[in-house]
Amino acid sequence: MSRYPLEGYRVVDFGSAWAGPQMAHIIADMGAEVIKVESRARIDYGRIGGAASSKDLLNKSPESIVAAAPERLELNPVFHLLNRGKLGITVDFTKPEGAELVRQLVKKSDVVADNFTPGVLDKYELGYESLAKIKPDIIVVSLCFAGHTGPLKGTRGYAPIITALSGFDSVVGYPDERIPCGPRFAYGDHVAAMHGALAMLMALIHRNRTGEGQYIDISEWEATTSLLGEPLMEYVMNERIPVPRGNRDPIMSPHGYYPCKGEGQWVSIAVKTEEEWRAFCEVTGNSGWTDDERFWDRYSRLLNQDALDELVGRWTVNYTPHEVTEILQKADVAAAPFMIAKAQYDDPHFRERGIFVKVDHPKSGTETFYGIPWKLGETPGGIRRSGPMLGQDNEYVFKGLLGLSGDEFNRLVEEKIIF
Amino acid sequence: MVKQALAGLKVVEFGSFISAPYCTKLMADMGAEVIKVEQPGKGDESRDYGPFPDDIPHPERSGLYLYLNTNKLGITLKVETATGVAILKELLKEADVFVENNPPGFMQRLGMDYVKLKELNPRLIVTSITPYGQTGPYKDYKAYAINCCAFGGVSQSIGHHWREPLTAPISQGHYQAAVSGAGATMVALLARDSTGRGQHIDISEADVWATYHVGFGITIYAFGVREHLRKGYIGGGWTYPARRVIPCKDGYMVLCAPQLKQWLKFLELMGTPEWTQNPRYRDRHAMEDDYPEEVDSLLTPWFLERTKKELFELFEKNAIPFAPLYNMADEVNDEHLRERKFFATVGRDEVGRLKYPGAAYKFSRTPWSLKHPAPTLGEHNEEIYCGRLGYSSEDLVHLRRAGVI
Repeated sequence: MSRYPLEGYRVVDFGSAWAGPQMAHIIADMGAEVIKVESRARIDYGRIGGAASSKDLLNKSPESIVAAAPERLELNPVFHLLNRGKLGITVDFTKPEGAELVRQLVKKSDVVADNFTPGVLDKYELGYESLAKIKPDIIVVSLCFAGHTGPLKGTRGYAPIITALSGFDSVVGYPDERIPCGPRFAYGDHVAAMHGALAMLMALIHRNRTGEGQYIDISEWEATTSLLGEPLMEYVMNERIPVPRGNRDPIMSPHGYYPCKGEGQWVSIAVKTEEEWRAFCEVTGNSGWTDDERFWDRYSRLLNQDALDELVGRWTVNYTPHEVTEILQKADVAAAPFMIAKAQYDDPHFRERGIFVKVDHPKSGTETFYGIPWKLGETPGGIRRSGPMLGQDNEYVFKGLLGLSGDEFNRLVEEKIIF
Repeated sequence: MVKQALAGLKVVEFGSFISAPYCTKLMADMGAEVIKVEQPGKGDESRDYGPFPDDIPHPERSGLYLYLNTNKLGITLKVETATGVAILKELLKEADVFVENNPPGFMQRLGMDYVKLKELNPRLIVTSITPYGQTGPYKDYKAYAINCCAFGGVSQSIGHHWREPLTAPISQGHYQAAVSGAGATMVALLARDSTGRGQHIDISEADVWATYHVGFGITIYAFGVREHLRKGYIGGGWTYPARRVIPCKDGYMVLCAPQLKQWLKFLELMGTPEWTQNPRYRDRHAMEDDYPEEVDSLLTPWFLERTKKELFELFEKNAIPFAPLYNMADEVNDEHLRERKFFATVGRDEVGRLKYPGAAYKFSRTPWSLKHPAPTLGEHNEEIYCGRLGYSSEDLVHLRRAGVI
């Protein structure tokens, strides 16, 4: 059995920024041949954003960046992370000959994935209708902010806008603050990427059994809202609008983050059953708490959480997060240290599970990526290479797969079709 | 009738609360047959959780249970008995997929670890979803959603850096693990098309947080950026407003304008107030990093005079990517979602007809659909035990008396 379960499947990936690229790399990790399509007239902006701190490049046109600082396009580690395992080609599909090359590639592929604003691919006859004519069983997964129909279909939005409009932000925050605070990472993008990958796989299963392809419309907004069943049902059933409950839980107490020894050190503790509560009191040397009428059953503890949190905090502050975790886990009580990137990177559990891996890039050296959380026992997949450099696989794809002659290839390069 | 993408797929779920149930809901809603195995008498933990109509608890009226278990068949079975084990094995002999979220070692104690199940049915895919996974030094640690947020690193990006960190709300980690479980299961099904063999899938909630969600933080950390993720949006280096929440007349708006032209257009809509000439409010990096609250307060009066709807329309028209912070009422009543038929309605005696959130995706040929409400406790006992496994109705009485079903 090959270690790559999706070996033999080919995906044409028009993704850019976050959600599109992440959706396709999940599939690449599993062994599919994912071909990322860019051009020097339309680079993935992910090449210049984020960690490489290229503030000076923001608000510049792709052309000017390509002309002035092409080497800067190959240095962003987060771009490499989100595009790992992919091949990279550059073709200007806004020109008819370029679009035709893409159509030839689609004929030899199983899936097309994109996260353009609705309508972009249609304009160049690369939308589902056009592609299904030349490749009837093609699967097109099209992901965008608000979906491809409805009054807001053309709306664009960045990650913070997805979590705002999806309702997610309205339940994130401190109960004692007026303004919900929302997450500080691109939750909606990640959620959409994972659902996109799932949808693509389900469509492949259907195609393998029936020979039918199809079009899949994914809204980042709806993907995020689809996970909010609990608060949505609260409104549907009782017309009550849920608000942030911070670290409070409807059935567990104590439940939250408690301060530990050292600056910025916290431990999470969650006590659910009476058995856990008794064990918690005993192991922390507070057996008396079980007789305190404020805490003697779950209901009382939920009513007196402020007082209880205060007492728990006075105990935790004498220890490090790992010490608290060890003491409580020995008594079978749920606790875990608050981890930041550095702590996770050094953690033995993540080490043993291969959650962080090193991958080499020809221009920027060795980088650290997250590994593969979909752990399939027999066919685990793997990260075969870092993100592609601009056009690095043009020869393999255009000459090898599409059979262009050397002369034809050179002409297309000269005419900036392969560009 | 339209065929669904997973029609014919046979799934057995033996789990509780959110992760395993949501994982199989994703399959059931796309046409798979999911048999949900619950403890006799008590049933799935989510039945006690609520929300409940009029706040009156009832195991058949919990909103969380109803939402997570649509389109499934429900049976009761006490698996911790010899007969229970034998019956579950009979079901698994015919199944394609088995999804469970019991603690590591639990299935082994029942004599049903993957090695045994593989002997029983080599084509079976077993998907196990746990907080920390089946391997590693912490595999047996007890953990609830907040603990996975802590260890998985997601809380480093939620909350203010000057206060205690926050957990991801409403058990979101369980859902993330469920989506990953479903995706990995689909990969295993595609692999089985060529190998003919099933396999064991090990999904850890903490792994999913630490990778797809905040794993980019490790890449940035290793690259040499030591910034605290709770400061600024995604590690800093952004311009005002990277992500600001500003109160308006009837709620909040969220502002995010990475492009200068978006910001300038917005100032123009505000009538280019005098303060915009002050150099202090022209350095968008400093405004974001050093005194964002001060800038917020300059914008707030203008926002307070306008409603979410008014503002959203104005910004939409001018291609400014600011949007209202929607609450659950806004979602349920939104025109765009209504036109896209995002919410679906299904009825059941105990609660009547209710609106449920739909799926993340719209398939053109094999649509997601909400055909059946979640099963009542043991609703399909007769159908499965008598119809499928060949027990007589008399056997059913004995099994019931013995507390097996």
